[in-house]
Amino acid sequence: MTEVNNTAMQEEERNVFIVRCGEAALKGQNKPYFEKMLVERIKRLLHKYEGVEVRRREGLVFVYADKKIAKDEIIHQIGKVFGVASISPAVTCEPTMEAVYATAVDYMKQLIEERGIKTFKVEAKRADKSFPVTSPEIARRVGAAVLKGCKVLKVDVHDPDVVLFVDMRSDKAYLYQQKIKGFGGLPLGTNGKGLVLLSGGIDSPVAAFMMAKRGMAIEAVHFHSYPYTSERAQQKVEELASILAIYCSRFKMHVINLLPIQEQIVMHCREEETTIMVRRFMMRIAQAVAKEKGCDMLITGESLGQVASQTSDALVCTDAVCDIPVMRPLIAMDKVDIMDIARDIDTYETSIQPYEDCCTVFLPKHPLTRPKLKRIEESESKLDVDALVKAAVESLETIEIFPR
Amino acid sequence: MATYYFDNSATTRPYDMVIDLMAHIMSEEYGNPSSLHRMGMEAEGYVRTAREQVAKAMGASPEEIYFTSGGSESDNTAIFGGAYKGRRQGRKILTSCIEHPAVLESFARLKEEGFETVLLPVDKNGVLDMEAFDREMDEDVILISLMHVNNETGVIQPVEEVAKKKGHALLHVDMVQSFGKLPIDLHGALSGVDMASISGHKIHGPKGTGALYIRRGLNIRPFLVGGGQEKGLRSGTENVPAIAGLGLAAQTIYINRERKNEHLREIRDYMRGWFEENVDHILLNSSEDGAPHILSISFEKTRGEVLLHTLEQSGIYVSTGSACSSNKKGQSHVIKAMGRTDKQVEGTLRFSLCDSCTMDEAKFVCEKTKEAVERFRRLGSFR
Repeated sequence: MTEVNNTAMQEEERNVFIVRCGEAALKGQNKPYFEKMLVERIKRLLHKYEGVEVRRREGLVFVYADKKIAKDEIIHQIGKVFGVASISPAVTCEPTMEAVYATAVDYMKQLIEERGIKTFKVEAKRADKSFPVTSPEIARRVGAAVLKGCKVLKVDVHDPDVVLFVDMRSDKAYLYQQKIKGFGGLPLGTNGKGLVLLSGGIDSPVAAFMMAKRGMAIEAVHFHSYPYTSERAQQKVEELASILAIYCSRFKMHVINLLPIQEQIVMHCREEETTIMVRRFMMRIAQAVAKEKGCDMLITGESLGQVASQTSDALVCTDAVCDIPVMRPLIAMDKVDIMDIARDIDTYETSIQPYEDCCTVFLPKHPLTRPKLKRIEESESKLDVDALVKAAVESLETIEIFPR
Repeated sequence: MATYYFDNSATTRPYDMVIDLMAHIMSEEYGNPSSLHRMGMEAEGYVRTAREQVAKAMGASPEEIYFTSGGSESDNTAIFGGAYKGRRQGRKILTSCIEHPAVLESFARLKEEGFETVLLPVDKNGVLDMEAFDREMDEDVILISLMHVNNETGVIQPVEEVAKKKGHALLHVDMVQSFGKLPIDLHGALSGVDMASISGHKIHGPKGTGALYIRRGLNIRPFLVGGGQEKGLRSGTENVPAIAGLGLAAQTIYINRERKNEHLREIRDYMRGWFEENVDHILLNSSEDGAPHILSISFEKTRGEVLLHTLEQSGIYVSTGSACSSNKKGQSHVIKAMGRTDKQVEGTLRFSLCDSCTMDEAKFVCEKTKEAVERFRRLGSFR
């Protein structure tokens, strides 16, 4: 008896959050694995706080956090975990009807005070099917108790100010009224590893984010043209990477100076072909790095038709040098929509800092928008492609990126 | 790798004795000048000494010197203060189009507030167009702000001539680049100047410190209010160590100034001559009779930023336009105002010297700059 009381006391000192795993829960046999990965990710994001516990029970994840930590802070953090469909801050009580009545009335009184709500409805479910009262009956009875306890409230089943959810579980009853959306997706690390070509612009961080959201672990490669680009430009990319690391966990970024190759191209090839040729070298080098570092595929921020190197003809030319899959999650997206996501994930402001990147350094006046593969291959035959790629890969420096 | 710091108009390395003095004050004599006890009095003593040192260096009286956080704050205080002071006499305020952003942005703000602002042009040498000045100068002008030495080109502006023609208007002069190099005599040749801004970190003093000279008898509205420090013009506990450092630097930099300037001129003229002789297609943005420490050159068909990063690899530090604008994509408004094309402006480098630069260093910088220019031109970039 004393023990039970102790637990109740503890619960009262902590805030409870119900975390729903959404899609992860649908994965049949793999379900426990996905859930475990999800719990691990949540734990890692929250481990900077003291007094946080993460538990998995009956298809849900429960986060218990010391009341000293602001609720919004916890929600904000959990919301960044891929695989989280929604989060609900909840109140709990003993799983008996009497306890639920009292808790529901207190909870609604608080909402009346905070938000001035006037109408409500109750929805209930029993995860514990042995509970003697059916779900609709729980909802009806709790509704009646609330009406009695809070005279100002009326029931409105169509457009209530608040929907009070009651979830009867074997350990506790959980009451909540909000479902705050998470990013969805799948827990990080459940879907291979990709190497993203990170430029410092708006698109590539979004592309990395979208693939990571589907569970893919990330490494990055960044090309620069120092001294044609500045160290500040690289600093900016590192900053972008550290924002990505909030979602993707710490990762490795490989940095390569492309200038020696650009010099060769500028000296030996036609001006209008520069862009597409540089791009082909980037893909070749990235592919070599991916293979060396155990990445299964490449990720780029290309979006069809956005710039000269992203027309369909250009993509044919760049794709031709790759024999591993190239993921282009933004390929069919409009710039404004990409920008929206960039703002959402906090990379936008950093991306728009105006430093020159290696793609704009040798920008021809009229880059080819309809390059022909054969002709490009002919031009390239003037260069010792393999040796240039090899030298570039060997010059790689690796930086460890930590979450900002 | 050795460091060749040729960016002294951006900032300078503080004198060792300035660093020592500041460290001593911070660790031992950290009192607040407003405190009644002895430690407060000691701190007050440092501020008084610094005020005397700065006043002497500017040819002014100590009570005309007000300490600020630097050139920008001094400019802001003088311009807003001066404009508000005269607003019953007129609404027109004049400046040049090659001023520091601290001046130009203050003018832009005052324009929003209803003042009539005029940005006067410069000629192809970067000197204020006096004909334009004469045209604009009328009874309605209440404030003129003109820099003494331009920070990007080193060109000296006709402050004395403007002072003679200012009428009842107040004249503010940004002396951030001239102070420490040119003789400043605010009670003599420059007595027509009503307010003058200087900065500590351009003269081997600390950053975050500067001063505003306000001619005796002129009262302007304070920018910061509070505890009434600096005779109410600039509230806030005095930054004693930095003020002491500024004072010492101001005193030190003027010791043997004429001889030091000869040294600077010798190096600057050597570099200019060397570039003229050894590098094709260059444009000089600085003139021989300009400030002795600044040499601005546009290397046509190059890009200043790339040259800068190339030189950095040899331990050489220079700047494109000025440090204040080099973070932005925008090109130098100063060089452009001299009638240069965008293309020409793009390849501009500013070499700025300090007294401890040597001829050997200058020779190395010249050689490496030539290499960087040639490399760029060989490779080019398409724009």
